[in-house]
Amino acid sequence: MHHLCALDDVVPGEGLRVTTTSPPVAVFRTEDDDVYVVDDTCTHQDASLADGYLEGCWVECPLHESRFDLRTGAVDQPPAKKPVRTHAAKVVDGQVWAELSTDAPNLPPGVAAGVAGGAPS
Amino acid sequence: MSPRHVVVVGASLAGHATARALRDAGYDGALTVVGDEQHRPYDRPPLSKGFLDGSLSPEDLALEDADDTDLAATWLVGRRAVGLDVGLGAAGVEPTHCVTLDDGTVLVADAVVLATGARARRLPAHLGGDLAGVHVLRTLDDALALRTELVAGSRLVLVGAGFVGAEIAATAHKLGVEVSLVEASTTPLAGPLGEEVGAAVAGLHTAHGVPLYCGVPVARLTGTTQVDGVLLDDGTHLPADVVVAGIGSVPATDWLAGSGVPLTDAGAVATDATGATAVPGVWAVGDCSAWWDVERAAHHRTEHWNDALTRPRAVAASVLGQAPAAVAAAPYFWSDQYGVRLQFAGRRTGGEVLTVESGSLEGGDALVVWWHGATAVAVLGMGQPKLFNRWKRSLGVASVAA
Ligand SMILES: Cc1cc2nc3c(=O)[nH]c(=O)nc-3n(C[C@H](O)[C@H](O)[C@H](O)COP(=O)(O)OP(=O)(O)OC[C@H]3O[C@@H](n4cnc5c(N)ncnc54)[C@H](O)[C@@H]3O)c2cc1C
Repeated sequence: MHHLCALDDVVPGEGLRVTTTSPPVAVFRTEDDDVYVVDDTCTHQDASLADGYLEGCWVECPLHESRFDLRTGAVDQPPAKKPVRTHAAKVVDGQVWAELSTDAPNLPPGVAAGVAGGAPS
Repeated sequence: MSPRHVVVVGASLAGHATARALRDAGYDGALTVVGDEQHRPYDRPPLSKGFLDGSLSPEDLALEDADDTDLAATWLVGRRAVGLDVGLGAAGVEPTHCVTLDDGTVLVADAVVLATGARARRLPAHLGGDLAGVHVLRTLDDALALRTELVAGSRLVLVGAGFVGAEIAATAHKLGVEVSLVEASTTPLAGPLGEEVGAAVAGLHTAHGVPLYCGVPVARLTGTTQVDGVLLDDGTHLPADVVVAGIGSVPATDWLAGSGVPLTDAGAVATDATGATAVPGVWAVGDCSAWWDVERAAHHRTEHWNDALTRPRAVAASVLGQAPAAVAAAPYFWSDQYGVRLQFAGRRTGGEVLTVESGSLEGGDALVVWWHGATAVAVLGMGQPKLFNRWKRSLGVASVAA
């Protein structure tokens, strides 16, 4: 298990980008206090999903409005075609942990794992 | 009634999205997509960003991916449509249109979707526009040609400081090219963003040490066969190894002359709010079109990626006679410059009051909102994706707080 952040670091209804993993992950906390962890970088082009709009357990990418189901990572609305990798999350004593997936991440073209996420260069 | 053969002219973002939207909406008749570039559909925005700096390859730009089918369409790439003959049909008889291609092929269709986009405006030859080393950037081939000349230490002058010009400047600067920009108007981006905000966004150049000359038109380019500089009206001469004209685009609609399909004064195909033209059986979408904008009460041409991607859903519904598909309420575009992601949504039609809701214009991290009374009508974020998207959702809704 990988420690990501304190639950209190994440505002309900929002996401938080965590860069202690490679590639960075996004921790989402729904209004119902469910916690989901997925790779932070949109699978379509370089944007941070933590900056996206969270609605229920879906997040909309802040750049091109692709939507992902946080439970499965599946694409719910294009232009993204590939699912975003999900990680099993757990909250213990107010701390968010995740079992980081060993699947290959679906990073967009031109984005390297170490630097993925959001800032255009 | 569902058509039997749909011809889509233009095989890029809007054309590809139209083909996909038709299939998604259940159309199973014949479908032909014609495109005059040699390439399968590819994505244009990276041409001034990650493709120009070499971090993306041509394959990375593909709009189709390996598990995409060809949408059961006939793809005629490398072929240009040169004429449209519209048949108007009659009571109970569907219209039959003929699209003529440059090799003489005639495609007969009962629905035609125009998605020919736009072409880069060029500097005229008498001003030196055809000297070697003078570029435009619209296509993959343009980008490949420009990319080889952007070597560290070379001198690049950008003519025009619009969004595409600004992105090229930022990318070239990152590559170690000595960049300067010239802009004929006194404030860059005043059209889309207004004077105050346009100036602040253009300030990103100067903040990165890239000189910006505003308010002085280009007299001509200098050089005999190879460009060697840009001469301004006030006598300033800027030496250059490479010049890029970033002076806008013109709708690729010249081939429609005499077809009877109405164009706007600026040459875009005029349509209603679903992309239908005044000619039954002919639609237009993407950069070649000016859809009726209910809020502006005028035809308006957006040149935005998202509109070219999403409006085809409305076109497909209209072509198939289905219930209208919703289009995005607010036009939206983004631009990446010097590591700052700019995002704009909404409509500025004049008379708005603006507020800076977060960050500052000088700091290059502003969240700017334009208001009509208590209603936010447009929003710009400079590296503010989270806030920007919240505001974008609230556009057009009167706020009690304001
Ligand atoms: C360098 C660059 C950067 C951009 N960056 C951004 C950005 O950051 N954000 C944003 O929102 N938008 C951006 N845009 C705009 C965006 O790319 C366009 O809005 C989008 O490409 C429009 O798609 P389209 O399919 O309507 O037109 P186009 O992409 O222009 O495609 C039209 C196609 O039709 C073909 N064609 C034309 N005439 C004919 C004919 N007679 N017969 C057959 N084929 C024909 C053309 O060759 C072309 O392949 C950028 C554009 C450029 C050029």
